[in-house]
Amino acid sequence: MNVYAYFVAGWLLIAGGYGIVRSRHMVHAIVSLAVSQSGTYVLLLAVGYQHNVTAPVFGSTEKPTKQVVDPVVQAMTLTDIVVSATVTALLLALAVQVNKRQGTVNPDDLAALEG
Amino acid sequence: MSRRVRLLVFLVGGGAVAVMFALAFLSMPHFGRPEHLYRDLAVPAAVRHATANVVSSVNFDQRAIDTFGEETILIASVVGTAALLRPAKEETERRVPDTGRTLGATRLVGYLLLPVSLVIGLDVVVHGQLTPGGGFQGGAVLATGLHLLYVSGSYPALDRLRPLELFDIADALGATTFAAVGLAGIAIAGSFLSNMVSFGTFGALFSAGTVPILNVAVGLEVFVGIVAILAKFLEQDITVVKEGDDG
Repeated sequence: MNVYAYFVAGWLLIAGGYGIVRSRHMVHAIVSLAVSQSGTYVLLLAVGYQHNVTAPVFGSTEKPTKQVVDPVVQAMTLTDIVVSATVTALLLALAVQVNKRQGTVNPDDLAALEG
Repeated sequence: MSRRVRLLVFLVGGGAVAVMFALAFLSMPHFGRPEHLYRDLAVPAAVRHATANVVSSVNFDQRAIDTFGEETILIASVVGTAALLRPAKEETERRVPDTGRTLGATRLVGYLLLPVSLVIGLDVVVHGQLTPGGGFQGGAVLATGLHLLYVSGSYPALDRLRPLELFDIADALGATTFAAVGLAGIAIAGSFLSNMVSFGTFGALFSAGTVPILNVAVGLEVFVGIVAILAKFLEQDITVVKEGDDG
């Protein structure tokens, strides 16, 4: 069980990629990309985890201690989530535009790039 | 490329990635181990600057310049979405009649939870340096809370409560505040975004120097950013129609 969480992260990345490849709907492809990206959250948090310690947030009564999980990877996960959300918003806007111009959201029906 | 070829290419590529992952994961330091080198440096650095929430200290103090970049990505995304979703030439905006029907219970819960979630959002933003949360999380709570008005009331009600012109200004204001704090850091302490305000008492509301200021700036920015993006998508669905088409 020492590496289980890492494999969950790898599985999410590949399962999301599989979803994009098999996609018949752009929104489905975008959600698959979000699944792929969530693999990076799991990987980052798994790297920073330590058994039997608490969160890296101290109160005014708790004395700060080094026995906490890694706060650096948690901060990076936060950055990751924000970037993922903004990318998702942009891609969904693109999907709306494609649907307007081409009348379809199936990636297979899009013949060629149009200027 | 046909679907079958595409799947085949993916199976080869994905399989190779899976094998390399497996090899890498098996030789990585074990999950839950007690050695964390970054943690050993980040925690004392946060305590030196009287920041009780170490994650906030990393985001808004130790790696503040990365967060500035992240905020720029957010603005770029808002601008990009607005540009992509502007009404095209052959489309017009129409006024929506107030015909939404919602259950009485939905309206009641929505209106009760609207002020509660806005207060929680503000609380999460301003206590970012003390408790889990901060500008990003609080801003998202605020933006989601505001849209309870759409769920429980109607689109016109939401439209009245969010003057989008003001929101555009607020978006710029959030980013400008962040940059201004960074430049003030150069002027006072000699480096961009250096934490130059008095740190205060560990665990007090006014502590951690610039962290709460940056938190509020980011909170404002995330709140108006999400509201602006959602507004564009809602407009597409509700008020924008092709000419000669009643939707």
